[in-house]
Amino acid sequence: MPSTTYGKGLRGLALATLITFSAALVLVFFYAPLDQTQGFVQKIFYVHVPLAIVSLCGFVFGGLLAIGYLRTGDRKWDMRSYVAIHMGLIFGIGGLITGSIWAKASWGHWWVWNEPTLVSFLIVLLLFATYQPLRFSIEDPERQSRYASVFAIVAGAFVPLNYIAVQAATAYVHPRVLTLSSANLPPSMGLTFAVSLVAFALLYVTLWKYEMAAKNARSQVRRLRRTLLGDDLARPAGRSAAPL
Amino acid sequence: MSAPLLFAAPELPLGTSGKYVAAAYIVVLALILAYVAIMAVRAQRLERELDELRRDVEAARASDDDRETESVL
Repeated sequence: MPSTTYGKGLRGLALATLITFSAALVLVFFYAPLDQTQGFVQKIFYVHVPLAIVSLCGFVFGGLLAIGYLRTGDRKWDMRSYVAIHMGLIFGIGGLITGSIWAKASWGHWWVWNEPTLVSFLIVLLLFATYQPLRFSIEDPERQSRYASVFAIVAGAFVPLNYIAVQAATAYVHPRVLTLSSANLPPSMGLTFAVSLVAFALLYVTLWKYEMAAKNARSQVRRLRRTLLGDDLARPAGRSAAPL
Repeated sequence: MSAPLLFAAPELPLGTSGKYVAAAYIVVLALILAYVAIMAVRAQRLERELDELRRDVEAARASDDDRETESVL
């Protein structure tokens, strides 16, 4: 089986991420004007929203990669899907925490249960949080990959549906600075937001490739062990929900 | 080089909300650092596994050589 090298181009990607992040930080703190109503606390917007967007895109990306597994039966697609969802969860937790901090600063509460956008994001996050326990509960690798892929596709399709449903129902509840049809931001804020979004997207791709390279190296070591030593117990010490 | 730039930059109006903004950015930084730390631990584990594999392969090769020598003798 030809091996894929995920580490290729990782250094350049990491450098691009670092440069874009630095540019984003400079723009956030020294270029973008203060929001007239929220003031300085609105700066959280430039990390919270990109984190949430990249996280949701990561979940959809995971679902698309899972289609690759169901079509081909090649486990590398399952591993890609797993890492995409795993990264999406990390970014989602970041989005949730920064959103909570923003809510405390703006509304005086860490969490507001009657805010549909917040609650729907939490539901999506909790839905994907069950992905790993699902994998964990299935011993057979083939079944594990198949069930996890079906879950990833269905849950991934739920993400845009959930977004559209919440937007349709609550057009007047959550402050809408970004919509699919228009961006209600002044150009300087829009540019800063765009650079932040690109920085977080690059960070996602860099970490995805980094983790894929690590998992790929690990699975190759195990394969080598099996081939060279006939070691059938080439499994990690302790149980892991990650595909190998 | 960056020090003069920082001194020339306008002062940030931190106010009471400064701590919340700082907290949000620190959370993001902490998440990234935690992730990198976990990956570093995994890389070390992989290095150990590779080392173990190399030792096992060398040991297997040595025992094969011994068997061949014995069969020749």
